Amino acid sequence: MHSLLGQYLPILVFMVIAGGIALALVLGSLLAARQKPYAEKLSAYECGFDPFGDARRRFDVRYYLVAILFIIFDLEVAFLFPWTVRLSRLGWYGFWSMMGFLAILTVGFIYEWRKGALEWE
Amino acid sequence: MAAFFQTPLGELVRIVLQTLAILVPLLLAVAYATWAERKVLAAIQLRKGPNVVGAFGLLQPFADALKMLMKETIIPAGANRVLFLLAPIVSLTLALMAWAVVPVNDGWAVANINVGILYLFAISSLGVYGIIIAGWASNSKYAFLGALRSAAQMVSYEVAIGFVIVTVLLCAGSLNLNDIVLAQKHIWFCVPLLPMFVIFFISGLAETNRSPFDLPEGESEIVAGFFVEYSALAFALFFLGEYANMLLMSAMTTILFLGGWLPPLNIAPFTWLPGPLWFILKLFACLFVFFWARATFPRYRYDQLMRLGWKVFLPASLGWLVLTAAVLLATGWAPHGA
Repeated sequence: MHSLLGQYLPILVFMVIAGGIALALVLGSLLAARQKPYAEKLSAYECGFDPFGDARRRFDVRYYLVAILFIIFDLEVAFLFPWTVRLSRLGWYGFWSMMGFLAILTVGFIYEWRKGALEWE
Repeated sequence: MAAFFQTPLGELVRIVLQTLAILVPLLLAVAYATWAERKVLAAIQLRKGPNVVGAFGLLQPFADALKMLMKETIIPAGANRVLFLLAPIVSLTLALMAWAVVPVNDGWAVANINVGILYLFAISSLGVYGIIIAGWASNSKYAFLGALRSAAQMVSYEVAIGFVIVTVLLCAGSLNLNDIVLAQKHIWFCVPLLPMFVIFFISGLAETNRSPFDLPEGESEIVAGFFVEYSALAFALFFLGEYANMLLMSAMTTILFLGGWLPPLNIAPFTWLPGPLWFILKLFACLFVFFWARATFPRYRYDQLMRLGWKVFLPASLGWLVLTAAVLLATGWAPHGA
């Protein structure tokens, strides 16, 4: 059990116990409390009147833009992780290689900024 | 006894006991964080706060929990029932799971894995799922808008947090949380990396949807955001998850910038306190700032929030990252990893 995967066994156990606690709490409340549903109680909350229209409608495209930007930058961060640990061995060559990569991303970021994708009015 | 813990079954029992040794105090801490927040807010606003249930209101969290337990779990007619109940479970499980790698003292972590910081980063990114699922499954306009806002806000600040973590890693030269703390033996990272420390803490406020960035649940605009439709313990789980995330953010600040379990100075009066106590003290100090910020600042507008995240924190943290790397290389201070 002292292999590389063995290190992750505690995390699995942790996940199972944490999930079990959460599940037990929700089920416990479902079982312990008296359930008395009726149509008005079960309707979606909308300031007192009956909800009109479906909630799953079109929404602002900027949320998509943020999501796409996030993917790019989060990948970049994930890419930086191994680089940080090895920087002293990689030296200036490794430093400038990463700067080239960052520069390309920065150009894209500046384009996005100038295009107004980051504006929320 | 010692022989028993060598067997595979014994190993499992040990891990379960260790897990419970983290989870039980954590859940108690989460329960009392709600009490502490109400007390701190009350003190700042010259009120008394909860003081009826038990001495100093100390039994208030348990009274709240019992009340929540006895409430009806309302599942709206248009909701996806399974996803609706799954969302709070996902939220709390993820908030608790991250604690598996947090070192409370030298080597005291349930799982002392090599890539601890990557694990923390991944788990905190997954936190968005609980919120998105809740907002979608509720089939309510307020919940949906709240979930969208919340997701966009969390991913925006996730990027800044990522760059800050990378900068800390540059100085520590390891992805292992234990080694990151040990790298701060001589000087805590909050001193040389002060701007990053500030960015990290503010992003932490935004990441946990806390005031002044509590737009996802902006009461005056979208009622309660993604959890409008929730009641009973399903509602309580989101609440517990938020506080567990706050504690986690405080723990991460402590580990990355405030030297974890290390005393401020390695001389007599400071070394009398054991490591875990220092860790808890620092964690509570960070937590207090979370409460303090809530009592002090008005809520941000959404455009201001996005501008701060993308146009201020992202370029600033990226610039500081490049600067740190260059300085470390030029001075030869870059840590020589194994």
